[in-house]
This record gives sequence, C-alpha cells and structure tokens, in this order.
Amino acid sequence: MVTAVPTEPVLPDSPDVPPRGTDTEALGRALDRIRADVLARRGAEDARYIHTVVAVHRRLEIGGRAALAVSLLPPAWLVGTAALTTAKILENLELGHNIMHGQWDWMRDPAIHSTTWEWDNPTPAYAWKHTHNHIHHTWTNVVGRDRDLGFTVLRMTKDQAWRPVHLFQPFYTALGAPFFEWLAALYDLEADAVLQRRKSLRAFLRDATGTVRKGVRQAAKDYLFFPVLAGPSALPCLLGNLTANTARSLWAHTVIFCGHFPDGVRSFTVEETENETRGQWYLRQALGSADIEGGTVLHVLSGNLSHQIEHHLFPDLPSNRYAEIAPRVREVLTAHGVPYTTGPLLKQYASTWARICRMALPDLRRTTRSRPEGDESV
Amino acid sequence: MPRRVLTEGAVRLVLGAAGRLTTPLLPDDYLALADPLLSRRWPAGRVEEVRAETAEASTLVLRPGHGWRPAHRAGQYVPLGVRIDGVLHWRAYSLTTPPDGPGEPFSITVKALPEGRVSRYLAHRLRPGDVLRLGPAQGTFHLPAPPPRRVLLLTAGIGITPVMAMLRALSDEGGTAGTDVLLVHSSPDPGRTVFGPELRAMAERLPWFRLHEHHTRAGARPAGHLTPARLPAVCPDWRERATWACGPAALLESAERLWAAAGLADRLHVERFRPLPPGPSSPAGSLSSDARVRFAASGVETTVGAGTPLLQAGEAAGVAMPSGCRMGICFGCVTPLLHGRVRDLRTGEVHGEPGDLIQTCVSAACGPVTLDL
Repeated sequence: MVTAVPTEPVLPDSPDVPPRGTDTEALGRALDRIRADVLARRGAEDARYIHTVVAVHRRLEIGGRAALAVSLLPPAWLVGTAALTTAKILENLELGHNIMHGQWDWMRDPAIHSTTWEWDNPTPAYAWKHTHNHIHHTWTNVVGRDRDLGFTVLRMTKDQAWRPVHLFQPFYTALGAPFFEWLAALYDLEADAVLQRRKSLRAFLRDATGTVRKGVRQAAKDYLFFPVLAGPSALPCLLGNLTANTARSLWAHTVIFCGHFPDGVRSFTVEETENETRGQWYLRQALGSADIEGGTVLHVLSGNLSHQIEHHLFPDLPSNRYAEIAPRVREVLTAHGVPYTTGPLLKQYASTWARICRMALPDLRRTTRSRPEGDESV
Repeated sequence: MPRRVLTEGAVRLVLGAAGRLTTPLLPDDYLALADPLLSRRWPAGRVEEVRAETAEASTLVLRPGHGWRPAHRAGQYVPLGVRIDGVLHWRAYSLTTPPDGPGEPFSITVKALPEGRVSRYLAHRLRPGDVLRLGPAQGTFHLPAPPPRRVLLLTAGIGITPVMAMLRALSDEGGTAGTDVLLVHSSPDPGRTVFGPELRAMAERLPWFRLHEHHTRAGARPAGHLTPARLPAVCPDWRERATWACGPAALLESAERLWAAAGLADRLHVERFRPLPPGPSSPAGSLSSDARVRFAASGVETTVGAGTPLLQAGEAAGVAMPSGCRMGICFGCVTPLLHGRVRDLRTGEVHGEPGDLIQTCVSAACGPVTLDL
C-alpha cells in the first residue's frame, strides 16, 4: 500500500513543487547530515560487502555455467539456469549499476571503479553512464529532459503529449520487457537526440558501432560459444542462457519501472527546476522516486534499487547503506510533509501497470499538472 | 628462455580464447577467485615473511603472482597497493633483493614514519598471508652492467634500501673484477641502522667493499647531519667516483649542488622517495587563498580561488575538460590527480593522493594541484 500521501489535497493552480509548508533548505540540511554520517562511517565493512558480492556473483556464474554444460540432465538445467539467472541479476544491479554510479570509487580500487567497470549487458558502460547517471539522475522525472520518463516511447504523465501510438503502450511494454536489455542498448544510443540535433550523426554512428560490437560479443558468448562447448547439452544450455537473460530482463524491467512510476510519484516541468537549490533538488528526487518494501533478499537482488528514494537522494553512497538510512530518510521527509512513496512489490508493480494503461488513453478533461500522478482525488 | 616464451605465448592464446567466454570480464577475474596471485590484470603478491630490522623498520618478503614482470634491476622500486579500512593506498618501495627468477620472492624494507598511515601499516600490521597489489618494477636508479670501476654510494636512513639491493646483487655476482665500492651511510645510531649487521659483515667479508658509518645521535657528542661538506674527508676521491645517492631531500639537494658546482652533475645519480610529478611552479596556496593549478598534458597553468571547482577553472583556462552534469552525481568528469590535494566542495573534506581519480566538478584546489589533462 502507499503508506504516505500528501497530508492535504493540493490545489489545482498552486505551483506545488514543494508540498505546502516544506522548508526545503532545512530538508536539504537534514539530508546532508545523513549523507555526512554515512561518509564518516564508510570503510572496511563496506569494502568487505562489495568484495563478497563480487565473489558470490562469480562463483554463481561458474557453477551455473558448469551445470548448464551437462544440462541434458533436467536437474542440472534447473540448478544451472537458476544460478546463472541469479548471477546475472547480481551483476547487473548490485554490481554494474552501483559501481558505475561511482558508489565504490572511494576504495580507489581500479578493479571496482566507475571508470573501468564493464558489465554483462549489450549496452556498453560508457553509453549507459551517459543516459543514466548524467541525464536521468540530473533531470529525474522532468518532462522533456528525463528520457527515462517513458523511455521516449511511453507516456507516463499527463504532461507528456498524447499520441495515438500510446494506445498500444500496454502491449509494447509487455512485449518489450523480456528483451529489456536489448531495448536499453538501443535506447542508450539516443537516436531521438540525433533528430533533435542534440547529438551529431557521427557520434551516433560511433556509439552504434560500439554497441553492435558489445552486443555481438554478449550474444556470441551466451548463444554460440557456451552451447557449442556443451556438446550434447547444446540445446538445453542455449535455452538455459536464454532463460537467464530473459528472466534478468524481466526482473530489471520490473525493478526499474517500480522506481519511478507507481502512484504517488510526481513529474516536473523544466520551469519548476529553474534555479533549483540543493534542498529543492533533494525534494524533487524524493517526490520523483518510489521504494519497494521487502526483505534483504529483495533488496540485494534489486541492487538496492528497492531503495530508489535513497538512491536518488544519494546516488553515490554505497548501496549496502541504503537499507540502513531508509528509516532516517523517511523520518526526515515525513517531518517536512514530503510524501514517501513505498509499498510491497506487487502493489507497486500493479500500480505502475495501472498508470501505463491509464496514460495510454488521451485525457478527457484538460487538467493542469498539479497533482501527484495517480492521485485521482480532488 | 625460448621455452618460457613459448609457454607464455600458449598461455596468452588460451586466455585470449577463454576471454570470449568470460567477456566482459577476463579469465583472470575468475582465476583470481581461487588465488589473487593468478590475476594478470591486477598483479598481486603475497606476504611470505615479515622480519623486524629495527624498532621502526620491517622487511617484507613477497611472493609475486603471475601478472608481475620478474625482470627488475637492483635499485629499482615497486609500487605496492595496500588496502586499509577498505581504501587501496599505493606507495612505492625500493626492492632490497636482486632480481630473481619469475615468481620468486623479493623483499622490500619499510620504515614506519610517525605520520605515515601506510608505512606504519606495512611495517607493523601486515602479516604473512596478506595480499598486496603490485605495480611493475620501475626507476632508473640502478648500476650499469658492468658497474663502473669506482663507485660511491651515499645514503641516509631508510635511503639505504635501493643501495642494499645493489650491494646484494654485486655480492651475489662475487663483485665485478676491479670494482671498488664505498658506502657512506648516515643513521641515528648503530642500533637504528637498517641492515647494520649485514652491512658490517659484508664490509668484513668482501674485499671490494668499504663501509663508512656516520651516526648522527650516537655517543656523548652526536655528529649531526652528514653534509656533503664533510664528504671530502670521508671520501677524498669523490670526484673520480660514479655516485648513487638516496636519502632525505635535504641531503640530496645539497649533494646535487656540490656535484653541479664541481661540474660533475652527470656522475651523480639520485633517488627520491615518493617520486611525484613536478608540482606547479608557485608553491603558495592554502584553504583561504588562491592556488596554482597545472594541467600537465595541456601545459596550462592557472590560478584559482579556493571555492572554484577545478572543472570550471580548467574550462576558463581553455583546457578540454571531460564533464557531465556538474552536480557530483554522474562521475563524468573524473580525472587523475598527479600532485596535491583537493577539497570536496560539498563536504569540505580534504583528500587526494597522486593517481586518485577526482571529480573536478565538485573539487577545488587545496594548495598547488596538478591534473593529468
């Protein structure tokens, strides 16, 4: 359930970036204190955590690949596929996503560093770092700036113009989810930016070459080399790899969509972000993100993106600290009258789909953008 | 030797093919799970023995892993990466053993400096079995082959370490015909002389080696520092000798002046610890005042205020700076710091060591700074 909603209905015409009565500077100071506390305590224990995740990922992958090499035996197929899926999920979310955010740069270890990390994903690290770290995290949920707000093909807020193609967005979202890793690679090329003249054709072609090269290596590994090496188990091995990649795509898609699109999450206009102070930036990050409630396993498997609010407030703090600071963040936000959108996975996922379906339809009533998306009250 | 080259070639071929299976990681990354010493990508060494030399100095015997190139020369140094509280620190230490076969242990000797977090950790807290990262052996401070006929080694304190490797190498080779080596070494007192017993034994045993010990704090009338002015008394033929000197900066600077004044600068070889790239030309700078910032690759130098992000400073000076969103969240601007320290404008924290990758968009210079741009 959505456990926190604005305490009072927001009036249609009010410029409500800050929920009424928010002292954004005090909010900013309180959040800065949380950040400083974590920085002061960051050390050997955190380093041990990430090294453990790295070791677990690699062991799971070796075990999974080995089991799939003899996957003519059905139990080996099941174990191998499960291990490989888990490995790939850890590698993408808790390792890749977080390391490329610079969360572990403080260790000064070139082996676990935002500048050197390359992940098991068709999209090259540099391309993803640009669209995700630079564009999405700077412009979180700002219509026209944050390309992740609908990923250029979905309409996720009433502030995005409706086009007839959006009628089909529930279908193409569902169809695309299993291929999320490939679609993300395509998305990171920013073809739309070339059309808008934000990106040169030359840069696009250079990036496309890099993506094709990376994608071919990735596909050859999972769909050619490992199956061939599996000999008689070639076909089940191929299917196991395909299952692992597909399951990883579905899971990543789920986690990512639940981070910004459930009910209660707001979007913003470019005008609202002009001359934003640090406190206002924090406020936008908090209002534009949503958490998922759950246990430790859920948090680790989601790369701690179940703590999307904490991640968006402090994208470069080590992910293992998000769970620890979440209660404090929630307390600070609530004390300042800022909604803290969270709920169990199923609830958040259903709510996200409800929005995808709702936004597929044109607006019947002309409304100004003034309410949290999904807040149909008033 | 050709056999080794062949095996090495075969290993490379196999690893290259296996790389298709491990992409985007390397086979290395998986092998290192079994033993970090198997990694070629991140060469490492394991501590085999920790031996106390004096109260402050310890010798570490390290067995290098696969990625470490074995061919060092006596007098060179090796960068060591040690993890303290989760953070990897790099320091360079002279190898104190002569070159040996691949994978054979080598040693370094570390003196714990009073303020040195890393040196104290290495000298006192490291235990056999611990693993350190290794950089390639490097440096030009070594004897030529064959060595000159007459050699002067001028050292002080822990500056003995590279010279110790040279002496041990010469001793292993039985000296070289006609070589005459004089070591002038300064230390506080006999007890605090690193390698003291071994040096004295060598001087007794080896006909080509003479040792002159200078003790700054021993006895009723301490001798004070060893200055080059005292050198002619100890080594009258210093002008005729090829000299290798290593020790505190003051000693090295005065030695350089003496040799330069005698027109013999090319006969003096000097090793400075913590080799740092040259800093900006003006030494001034503190938290409150402007600081000199140098962009090494572009050859640009500029003065910036204490509150100005380095990204902005670089752009104003016309340097092509990598950048991203300028809020410290995208890590698009990270740049190697070559020299100096920086202040995080968000937290006020002062940090930075040579080689660190710093975020120029949220870092300001704290004193003179050099960036690799």
